[in-house]
Amino acid sequence: MTVERLLPTDDARDLLDLTTELADRELAPKAADCEARGEFPRDVLRTLGRAGLLGLPYPEECGGAAQPYEVYLQVIEILASRWLAIAEAVSVHTLSCFPVAAYGSEQQRKLLPDMLGGDLLGAYCLSEPQGGSDAAALTTRATRDGDDYVVSGTKAWITHAGHADFYNVFCRTGGPGPRGISCLLADARTPGLEPQAPERLMGLRSSAPAQVAFDDARVPADRLVGAEGQGFAIAMAALDGGRLGIAACAVGLAQAALDYAVAYARERRQFGAPIIDHQGLGFLLADMATQVSAARALYLSAARLRDAGRPYATQAAQAKLFATDAAMRVTTDAVQVLGGYGYSADHPVERYMREAKVLQIVEGTNQIQRLVISRALARG
Amino acid sequence: MNIVVLVKQVPDSGAERNLTSDDNTVDRGSANNVINEMDEYAIEEALKIKEAHGGEVTILTMGPDRATESIRKALSMGPDAAVHVVDDALAGSCAVATSKVLAAALGTLNADLILCGAESTDGRVQVLPHMLAERLGVAALTGARKLTVDGASLTAERQTEEGYEVVSAATPAVVSVWDTINEPRYPSFKGIMAAKKKPVRTLSLADLGVSADEVGFAGATSAVVEHSKRPPRSAGTKITDEGTAGTQLVEYLVTEKFV
Repeated sequence: MTVERLLPTDDARDLLDLTTELADRELAPKAADCEARGEFPRDVLRTLGRAGLLGLPYPEECGGAAQPYEVYLQVIEILASRWLAIAEAVSVHTLSCFPVAAYGSEQQRKLLPDMLGGDLLGAYCLSEPQGGSDAAALTTRATRDGDDYVVSGTKAWITHAGHADFYNVFCRTGGPGPRGISCLLADARTPGLEPQAPERLMGLRSSAPAQVAFDDARVPADRLVGAEGQGFAIAMAALDGGRLGIAACAVGLAQAALDYAVAYARERRQFGAPIIDHQGLGFLLADMATQVSAARALYLSAARLRDAGRPYATQAAQAKLFATDAAMRVTTDAVQVLGGYGYSADHPVERYMREAKVLQIVEGTNQIQRLVISRALARG
Repeated sequence: MNIVVLVKQVPDSGAERNLTSDDNTVDRGSANNVINEMDEYAIEEALKIKEAHGGEVTILTMGPDRATESIRKALSMGPDAAVHVVDDALAGSCAVATSKVLAAALGTLNADLILCGAESTDGRVQVLPHMLAERLGVAALTGARKLTVDGASLTAERQTEEGYEVVSAATPAVVSVWDTINEPRYPSFKGIMAAKKKPVRTLSLADLGVSADEVGFAGATSAVVEHSKRPPRSAGTKITDEGTAGTQLVEYLVTEKFV
């Protein structure tokens, strides 16, 4: 079913049409094969970069397209409905441009056109092997030595590890706690910055994250983004937008599963009728469609708050929580609608179900989202 | 180099296409109309030449008002401007008349190179580039799978059934291209926004000094008299092996020119 979208401008409509064309022609035909082989689609990301899709929410003067989050997120959603790994890659890349765009020095901002144009691919190194949720406890250390910071430690679950051209590295330059953390923009060619073997994952295999080891990697001091000790604030400021990116990914994935299940249920006949006409399945599909619509409405509502400059952290957490839980349910139910065929790799819904799971974990587990929401309630 | 690319709006070849019942022309009203696929390759080639040698790329389209959509789409890929020949009297024009109108329009554009697709997916007659070159008195390098520009000299690899021929000419010339020549770019979002501000000049038959009775149904040198739907696919031939199946299969392949 075509999704009815209210869009703020004709330009936004054109952007979504372009996105749909790219998603249908460049993503859809390659997704299943690249996922099966675990091949990173760098060329697809270049194509999206040339089309202008890798810097949408940033100002035009630094190479972006000045699109509101409301529009940018619907681009992510459409990409996710054809290939989740690509949508997640675009979301992560967009997030990885945030520290420089919002806090970067004039010199650092000179990199933005190449970053936002997709010539340079970004990574975002916050999580560590011993913890992601408790980010303020990170242990990767950066010690000032002359004109450099010398970085040592290990980052974990880094999307684009080994493929990225630049890494935002959150590391400890001061004492314990959030105020001791700084953000460095490290070049991929930095000696001592060592991406490890990709993780062997349940899904998202075309863009599997990996650990990145820092073995006395020397990062020039002029690559400090913002001030020393400002790193945690930068990470947290980027996180809310990143959560909305994952919510949009979840809605796209769930929409793909819903569309596939509905098409199947209209064709597949049992007891002399299409199975969608059997109330047990018809109502299941109705519930799936409702959850997808509700999840979309929730992320768009949070995005519009962000676009209006209003606080939206709680709404972003709610959108991420609801949309990713909905995607898990909808994709699981899509497998159920297809029955035995749903459990087979000959249909994409088993892959959708495997992929949905990761969305409940990344960009803050859904337990962390509940923590964010409940603390906001407690504050009143 | 001043390059003009001919762009035709056609019904989407991926969807069901029909002729109209009243005048036997292509039904454009109910179809999803797109840029003729081969023309996108011509646009790409023009943009590549411009990027390498400088100059300007202009889109030239003859078609009804709604062809504006295809012109904007073409401009979003990167060309600088467009000319749209639009006139109610043009409906029903045959290839000969179309070449007359396009030649008149090209007379106002001072092109060094005229690029077009080797054929359109609706008409598929493949004669327009030749007719146009004849009318303009310039060389026609048709069916190119590769084009090299060296100053005012053009060299093309012309695709044939057996291989290719190398043909060359001095500018100005008409060059038609196949879809093996390049990989057309997607428009960029910035390109789409920029295309809305690019100049599109419209020309009528009067502007071109072409009389209405030379074109359209009135001036058509050929007409489709009647048409019928393609018959539904019949069941295939089934060969049961009674010792000669291999021979029969090979004979079938030979008859159908597969081998």
